[in-house]
Amino acid sequence: MNPIPAVQVSGEKDIAGVEVKPEVKVEIQNLSFFYGRNQVLRNVSLDVPAYQVTAMIGPSGCGKTTLLRCLNRMHDLYPGNRYEGSVRLHPGGTDILGPGMDPIRVRMRFGMVFQKPNPFPKSIYENVAYGLRLQGMNKRRDLDERVEKALRESALWDEVKSRLHQLAHNLSGGQQQRLCIARAIATDPDVVLFDEPTSALDPIATSKIEELIVEMKKRVTVIIVTHNLQQAGRISDRTAFMYLGELIEFGETNRMFTNPAKPQTEDYISGRFG
Amino acid sequence: MLSVGDFIVLPSQNLRKQEARASRRRSIDRWFGRIGLLSTIGTLGVLAILLLNLAASGLARIDWQFLLSFPSRRAAEAGILSAWVGTILLMIVTASVAVPLGVAAGIYLEEYAAKNKWTDFIEINIANLAGVPSILYGLMALGLFVYQFRFGQSVLAGGLALACLVLPIVIVATREALRTIPAAIREAAFALGATRWQAVWHHLLPYSTGGIATGVILAMSRAIGESAPLITIGALTFIAFLPPAPILAQAPFMSFDWLFSPFTALPIQMFNWVSRPGEEFQSNAAAAGLFLMLITLGMNGVAILLRKHAQRNIKW
Repeated sequence: MNPIPAVQVSGEKDIAGVEVKPEVKVEIQNLSFFYGRNQVLRNVSLDVPAYQVTAMIGPSGCGKTTLLRCLNRMHDLYPGNRYEGSVRLHPGGTDILGPGMDPIRVRMRFGMVFQKPNPFPKSIYENVAYGLRLQGMNKRRDLDERVEKALRESALWDEVKSRLHQLAHNLSGGQQQRLCIARAIATDPDVVLFDEPTSALDPIATSKIEELIVEMKKRVTVIIVTHNLQQAGRISDRTAFMYLGELIEFGETNRMFTNPAKPQTEDYISGRFG
Repeated sequence: MLSVGDFIVLPSQNLRKQEARASRRRSIDRWFGRIGLLSTIGTLGVLAILLLNLAASGLARIDWQFLLSFPSRRAAEAGILSAWVGTILLMIVTASVAVPLGVAAGIYLEEYAAKNKWTDFIEINIANLAGVPSILYGLMALGLFVYQFRFGQSVLAGGLALACLVLPIVIVATREALRTIPAAIREAAFALGATRWQAVWHHLLPYSTGGIATGVILAMSRAIGESAPLITIGALTFIAFLPPAPILAQAPFMSFDWLFSPFTALPIQMFNWVSRPGEEFQSNAAAAGLFLMLITLGMNGVAILLRKHAQRNIKW
């Protein structure tokens, strides 16, 4: 892999007090985001470590989903939006908000899984193959191989291998969401963004997705927005707490939940607001 | 002055009042049901009478001789060959102009254009265009296509006039079909790195084909019955020949001369016969009307089937 991190997370200590210096994957610096005249993100700086799960928590409207959608330039699809600051993707350190950066190239490096399962009304196979086709892969053998790999990695292969060419909508909600995960990881992105991926699912489907996310971080960096504090606690290595468009606190998840540094974080985590 | 007693309503009195009010509300409810049923029956009844009337006087006239003969001074020998051929050629021109233009405009307005004052203005005006009387389209076509572009009183001019007439319907149908696709599907495609055009071509168009096709067919069945714009540009009412064939026996095997041929169409032939004295011509008119009606109903049937077929794999 690429062992040389460009930037280190400094000052982070684990429970034993040993300084942890993981490789940084996404380096967010002074990011502000404006929707029209309305400033939604205020000067957020955050180093997302590679091959870890980073959770974003905070009350509704705090900007966590907005932040997530900055990372794959989804805001570019709608008029009246403006970014300030930089988001660097390591290794390499390219600023994905920089001038001349094509949002389409950014989106091919950042997979995304949405709140509600949103498979295309096509076959299971075609759903997973779509990103690969967009990137120019069209040989049947290559596609077959990558589709199987993605479905295995999203723990769906055994359930669907006999009906790959049936419609994705015949799957259950949890299966559909795992299919969307397969679709997002099929192209080997650097980072997968999850936007409250289990908020529309039952507890059993939720726990499968959570297992999957923990399993995934061996291969990919995960950033997940969640409303569910327990979920953040269960699956994330690091947690960012946001409030009113600002990053209040960011650190190792266990430490954040047991010994938050900021009073707002403590209030939110203990359920005093939100 | 108010006294304490004014605020106290005895339970029994209160109940009686409520019961009276409820029974009045129930009776209004019942009456609306009756009035609604009556107006439904009335409307459908008029339609049924119209159809039966046409069938009674026209059905006997529809046979191969009628379909394969040119118009004639003798009612019994007259037919609608040049009329239905003209109608089909007009529809070919209309569809091949209105469908690509209308669908492209609909896609642009719905998927590409920024939502601002200008697009609001355009949207309102497209709705207005759909309401412009058809004879005005005829006048526009007469000035523009017949005289300015010198297409003459031809199939091409007529087809273009009808295309202008139905263009707003196709645009609106396309936009509405696209609007039924959830934003989450667009975002799913974009998040994988699709361009706008790829999202349209791979997803939005395939998923809205049913809706668009339905709109197109309804637009065509509107165009097929129009006579005012065709009369305005000078469609002939008595044509005893067919336009030149589009397919030739020898190279280059194709000919577009038919575009510049004079033409007549079913509604015009019908109009011509209705205005003649004599029982026999009236039943010719009824037969032509019946035939036109059958084509329209057939097209609407196809529209319903198409929608069912295209939508069978799609649920959101």
